[in-house]
Amino acid sequence: MGELIKDAIDWLFDPIRYFVGSALILGVVFYWRKFFSRNIVIATFFVGFTAFMLWAPSDPDFKKIITKPDNVPIIILITTVIFFTWLAMRQGVINDERAKEGKPSIEGELGKKKVFTWPDLVYTEFICLVLFTAVLIAWSILIEAPIEEPAATARTPNPSKAPWYFLGLQEMLVYFDPWIAGVVLPSFIIVGLMAIPYLDTNPKGNGYYTIEQRPFAILFFWSGFILFWVSFVILGTFLRGPNWSFFGPFEYWDIHKLEPLVNVNLSTYFWVDALGKPLPENALLREAPGIALILGYFFVLPPLLGKTMLRGLVEKMGIARFNVFMQLLLWFGLLPLKMLARWVFNLKYFIGIPEWFFNV
Amino acid sequence: MGKLFQAIRSSQIWRSIFRHGYPDTPRNRTLAVLSNTFLHLHPVKVRRSGIRLSYTWCMGGLTFFLFLVETLTGLLLMFYYRPTAEYAYQDIWALREHVPIGIMREMHRWAAHLMVITVWLHMYRVFLTGSYKPPREFNWNVGVILLVLTLLLSFTGYLLPWDQLAVWAITVGSNMARATPFLGHEGPGASLLSFGGLNFIHAGDDARFGLLAGRFVGEGALLRFYVLHCVGLPLIAAALMAIHFWRVRKDGGISGPL
Ligand code: HEM
Repeated sequence: MGELIKDAIDWLFDPIRYFVGSALILGVVFYWRKFFSRNIVIATFFVGFTAFMLWAPSDPDFKKIITKPDNVPIIILITTVIFFTWLAMRQGVINDERAKEGKPSIEGELGKKKVFTWPDLVYTEFICLVLFTAVLIAWSILIEAPIEEPAATARTPNPSKAPWYFLGLQEMLVYFDPWIAGVVLPSFIIVGLMAIPYLDTNPKGNGYYTIEQRPFAILFFWSGFILFWVSFVILGTFLRGPNWSFFGPFEYWDIHKLEPLVNVNLSTYFWVDALGKPLPENALLREAPGIALILGYFFVLPPLLGKTMLRGLVEKMGIARFNVFMQLLLWFGLLPLKMLARWVFNLKYFIGIPEWFFNV
Repeated sequence: MGKLFQAIRSSQIWRSIFRHGYPDTPRNRTLAVLSNTFLHLHPVKVRRSGIRLSYTWCMGGLTFFLFLVETLTGLLLMFYYRPTAEYAYQDIWALREHVPIGIMREMHRWAAHLMVITVWLHMYRVFLTGSYKPPREFNWNVGVILLVLTLLLSFTGYLLPWDQLAVWAITVGSNMARATPFLGHEGPGASLLSFGGLNFIHAGDDARFGLLAGRFVGEGALLRFYVLHCVGLPLIAAALMAIHFWRVRKDGGISGPL
């Protein structure tokens, strides 16, 4: 029985199922948020999670990865992100209900009254401070900070992992070359975050929790933060082993596990498979189909959408905002598109010009 | 007892420090906040809705608290740590071996991990309450820079124990810089920056070299990361935090419905 559950979990957690499953769960939670914001849901989650964490370490492979001192934060990350998502959703649902009844939001009702910083706020801060100091001291006494063997630049450990908060970027390396995964996308994350206040022109939902008044914004942030950042960190920490191969949570980290590399470039699909010709010598000609595709994606798609489906959006945002927004969105969208293309077609690169390190 | 307190409170020394009576009247409560350098970053009065834990999750405050913990424990660690390839690892071992009930390194490491989590959650809450909307656009931007600084602080600190974990994590992380477009020697466009077959961008002068002060994670990188970790980044972060808090106040306190 125990083995069966473990095998099932290992099966469930392969990158494709894990990612698609997480996306589905987010969608379901969003759609049925009224049900999922009930107390019983979060209580069930915590009971289930605790039970799992008590049972699972009986497996030696699971225990090995979960008891690494530096992996404790990931458990904290998982539980707090789920809890606070629930908490925010709950308040959003309540406020949305109140709005339908014509009542002000909870924040609106309470906010009419102002209280003195001293004592009301200062005391809350003080209690938080004392509590957290206690937690930190207890944690520090219980778990010793790790120190491994002295640095040796000649011996590469396998796997070599970046610090956990950058594992999302390292996971992207599966799908993109370092210049995109490590430089361009992180830069766009920062620029994109900074642009948010100037791109979101919806005046509603300022200073209170709500979902119905800004559903797109919430879904967008959920997918960025939860799906492509936090869940990638979890994947990178617990499910990636030697050679960055995938391992289920109960699987032994076997150095010799090899995943077959059968990925094919778009150029090969186009010239060899579709046209039955050899690959052209000239790199630009060879990659012409991929270049056309990418150029079309970034420069033809936005005006096309702006003239048709997203016409309302252009009017609301103005043409400048719309274009910036589309560029950022398309860069963001490149990641799931590439993931899909990899899973479905074993696609290696849309554009592959290794001569210039220019692979997309 | 009461008399003694009375005497202390009316002494010239006490009154030179605290310019208000016990904060139990509106006047004294206002003064308590306004006349204190640190408390006056708060407004005098706040919305009842804004200070509930369920609204802010106290995440910004916790991030700041953890920053203070890092400053304090980091300062103590600096007494015992020498940033050279020869001593760094030894010093960390010595801390563990020779200091009874020493938990400074633990506190420093766990608080650093926590700070990364709290700053993410803080951003998450600010987004979900729409608190980046006017008039708080600028403060959101200050926040984004603080987020980057928090990650960089953590990243530079990760190298200092100088063990296998540290060196290879930084190697993996900094390898990305090799691929910077134009500026990394394995980045797209780098080969365009050449003159008569002579490459301007190579492994000895590209973006990664600048980051690590060398072609691999060596002594130069250790010193560079140490200085950034202990002096450069904290100074910038502290200055930006002051701006951040001041702006929270100037933008009308914690957000609430208009
Ligand atoms: C070192 C990092 C940071 C510290 C110490 C910090 C601290 C704080 C504190 C104490 C507050 C008061 C309200 C609260 O606790 O929620 C606050 C508010 C705010 N923070 Fe941060 N913060 C940091 C990073 C960030 C980041 C990463 C963002 C966003 C990207 C951000 C955006 C904001 C905004 C917009 C407000 C005003 C929110 C409101 O009025 O409701 N901060 N910050």
